[in-house]
Amino acid sequence: MTVPVTSPHIHAPLSVQRMMIDVMVALLPATAYGVWLFGWPAFNLLVLCLATALASEAAALTIAGKPITRPLTDGSAALTGWLLALSLPPWAPWWIAVMGSAFAIIVGKHLFGGIGQNIFNPAMLARVALLISFPVELTFWVAPHPLNSPTSPGFVESLGITFMGVSNPDAISGATLLGHVKTELGRGVEFAQALPDYYSFSAIGLGNISGSLGETSALLLLLGGVYLLARRIISWHIPATMLATLALLAGVMHEINPARFADPLYHLLSGGVMLGAFFIATDLVTSPGTSRGQLIYGAAIGFLVYVIRTFGGYPEGVAFAVLFMNAMTPLIDHYLRPRIYGRDRSGKPLAYTHEERRQ
Amino acid sequence: MEHITLLIGIVVITALGLLLGLGLGVASQKLHVEGDPLVDELKAMLPGAQCGQCGFAGCGPAAEALARGEAVITLCPPGGRTLAARLAERLGVKVDLSAIKDKGPQLAAIAEESCIGCTKCFKVCPTDAIIGAPKQIHSVLTQACTGCGACVDVCPTDALALQGVLVSMRTWSWPKPLTEAA
Amino acid sequence: MKLFRFRGGVHPEGRKESAALPIIKMPLPKRLRVPMQQHIGAPAEPVVRVGQYVLKGQLLGSAVGAISAPVHAPTSGTVVEMGMLPAPHPSGLPTFCIVIEPDGKDQWEEFPVPRDPQEMPSEIIAERVAAAGVVGLGGATFPSAVKLGAANSRHIHTIIINGGECEPYLTCDDRLMRERADEVIDGVRIILHAMRWGRAVIAIEDNKPEAIAAMTAAARGYGNIEVAVVPARYPAGSEKQLIVNVTGREVPAGALPASIGVLMHNVGTAYAIHQAIRYGRPLVSRIVTVAGDAMREPRNVEVPIGTLVSDLLEFCGIREEPARLLMGGPMMGMSLSHADVPVIKGTSGVLAMARHEVTTSETTPCVRCGRCVSACPAGLVPLEMAARARHDDMKGAEEWGVMECIACGSCSYVCPSHIPLVQYFNYSKGKIALERERTRKNNETRQLIEARRVRVEREEAEKKARAAEKARARAAAKQAAAQQTEEVTP
Repeated sequence: MTVPVTSPHIHAPLSVQRMMIDVMVALLPATAYGVWLFGWPAFNLLVLCLATALASEAAALTIAGKPITRPLTDGSAALTGWLLALSLPPWAPWWIAVMGSAFAIIVGKHLFGGIGQNIFNPAMLARVALLISFPVELTFWVAPHPLNSPTSPGFVESLGITFMGVSNPDAISGATLLGHVKTELGRGVEFAQALPDYYSFSAIGLGNISGSLGETSALLLLLGGVYLLARRIISWHIPATMLATLALLAGVMHEINPARFADPLYHLLSGGVMLGAFFIATDLVTSPGTSRGQLIYGAAIGFLVYVIRTFGGYPEGVAFAVLFMNAMTPLIDHYLRPRIYGRDRSGKPLAYTHEERRQ
Repeated sequence: MEHITLLIGIVVITALGLLLGLGLGVASQKLHVEGDPLVDELKAMLPGAQCGQCGFAGCGPAAEALARGEAVITLCPPGGRTLAARLAERLGVKVDLSAIKDKGPQLAAIAEESCIGCTKCFKVCPTDAIIGAPKQIHSVLTQACTGCGACVDVCPTDALALQGVLVSMRTWSWPKPLTEAA
Repeated sequence: MKLFRFRGGVHPEGRKESAALPIIKMPLPKRLRVPMQQHIGAPAEPVVRVGQYVLKGQLLGSAVGAISAPVHAPTSGTVVEMGMLPAPHPSGLPTFCIVIEPDGKDQWEEFPVPRDPQEMPSEIIAERVAAAGVVGLGGATFPSAVKLGAANSRHIHTIIINGGECEPYLTCDDRLMRERADEVIDGVRIILHAMRWGRAVIAIEDNKPEAIAAMTAAARGYGNIEVAVVPARYPAGSEKQLIVNVTGREVPAGALPASIGVLMHNVGTAYAIHQAIRYGRPLVSRIVTVAGDAMREPRNVEVPIGTLVSDLLEFCGIREEPARLLMGGPMMGMSLSHADVPVIKGTSGVLAMARHEVTTSETTPCVRCGRCVSACPAGLVPLEMAARARHDDMKGAEEWGVMECIACGSCSYVCPSHIPLVQYFNYSKGKIALERERTRKNNETRQLIEARRVRVEREEAEKKARAAEKARARAAAKQAAAQQTEEVTP
């Protein structure tokens, strides 16, 4: 008896690899801009993260006895490394990049069972692990040193910075916008005064400010997000609800007390919100599968980001919010199932009245 | 003064322990599950032909013995390897099943040229699946036959044999996809 | 009229090039192989012998039981072989077939022709449709007469005539509606008459404007027949989804469409009913779409039932060796490992697919993207069901609803990891059916054993009673004898 070939015999023209490539294409503008903004050390960071991610993936697959070529080339490990690099301080030392990437791939992905099985977003898991383990290195922010400016280190000098550390930290470091404002607000300064001199829409929109590699240019990230939406790689549910909830909450609180609470635009364009909304919260594996679930998931992340930023101990809350909701995803998926045809929401077969049946 | 705090701590924890222990004891009485659900589960897995080939008085006693761990999971010939595998999984027993030839579902068939109409077979059939009268050729009602083999043992002319049921369009189903992916 | 949406669905490329050309009739091949099982239900029982001469439309096999259909000779000729021969089924297993060698005359048997079908009593219509062997020609092949039965007619208020044809490549219904609209409408009117009251809605996808025009024109003047244009989306032609599209109501789980007052017939079936009632002709041929890039020219052919696929492909002209041969559409059709199988009543299309048309991508692990969930028209969660099926957790798969799966293939179509979801679900359904059968058999065995025990006890009791009776009789006789001797001897 022959083993038959199963239907369907045609397929939509998409694959996991194509989706990963599209996400990387969407990230390209913001990444290129970030590398230009912070110079060669940022480039080194990116390369190290990508390389370590791929190497860790190969190592983990070999240990697990699985074939290597296909998973390595589908782009998922590279994307994790890329996202991690974008969320790190641009001049982070090499061992942060290597440890972070390795942790993300080996612990965040393969210890859970490999692709499709992880509960937490590997990049965010690694970032939080690094933040808690090495708070100093992970809060070492540099002001922008665009590649074409005289203060930007040359390539060789950047290698030194990446592998041997910054020679004069105080000369270059600075606080991020979020960090600065939070500290000021904590000291009792009013919000409008707490904003630094350089604060303007173009500053945070285009991102000529210090922050992690991919956090600065909110507009370029938004552009990338719109590209993903247009290509139908992600659906609108999570980004829309996340941004809307954050903006709504910020708006309401700002109205109540403009001195104490920041306005919605500030929240939307600063920090990792744009990156989180379009590239991190929308991660396929760790977000709910149904539309309704995604709406709740996105809204909850937006809510948590605001709460952590405003009332929590850290200036930035995207990574924590995402990880928290990742843990909720299995619960959301379990309870929010689609309604099956011919049945009501509770699973019982539909019962039409006699009148309804006669129409 | 610290002694008082320590004392209070000890008293509270001990009291809690006693209270919760009492609670557990009451629960084990009040919420006790009647009967052994394992036995019922095992009984449902067995064929139910009560043929006795396992050596027990029927599928019920066999299930009880299995639950007690007094019987091997390869005890049921009509169940074949599939049943042995399922029992092994349920009871968490490791066993080498390669020795069991899985003949698949079997039905008894009478070779009519050899049948002498002695009626020995239908007297032992547990489901009355053989029809016939003395000195008349007997026949097997395949829908009632469970393949237990009791009739094959008593037939004096070897007219009875168990035959495997062929896969037909009615019984065919799609095989599991072979993918190396998780 | 107001239309509704069904959830899910996908948009594969239509590939409806075969609709450009008119239907051509296939000349009689050398041999016709007619299987006894071409329908849902019990296979037909042969009533002819090898060597017998039969006329076109003569009964070859009669229906067995309530859910069955008879099979008729597709042309006049001699029965040359009867036996187990290859037939279209994914298992590749043979089925009982009757092989006819045509004599070339193609002579019909004589059939009584009614004056006017609209004057025939509805029970007679159902009887004649059953006798003509008409089954659902959309592919399901359910015996149509069962749907026309009197028991249904009280509750049915809407007959939906399915002109959806949502599968890519297939256009046989499209051409039928374009070229033979009047005959189809006649069939619809006969169905309406058999059901005694109600309205008919002919649902056609919006990618068939010529068919819509033709059917609208043919239905003009009949107040209880209207044409509804439904948006083209796969699987709009699926019964459950089309019912939602047209009526806004869903068929309750575990129930039939008749329970909400709806019945569905394919346009081809309506045409076959027209042929059966107006001309007395049984179902012996059908229109088949022969397409695929391995064919020289895609088009529709009117084919006698029993024509071998190899003969059909040769007639239509094959351009290259197909990478895959399909019977049916590309979404739900069956792959044929060889062309030595006959065209049967449910064959809507034969596709000779070239290399670039079929997908043979490697499967990668599930990334839980959720596209399958958005695509599923039945509201299921394929990724969860497949995960359960992969670990043989059939209970879990059933709990997530695998028995409600209509096997449309939308989920597999959109899966970026190319996971064979439909096969996982077919596998699960098979295992669950096997388990249910085993449980049923177990219960039945227990009942039989119990019945035997009761019988044995009864026989024992009777034996004892008889023995006791005999003993009493003997004792009584002895006493009587003793009394007699006493009387005799003073």
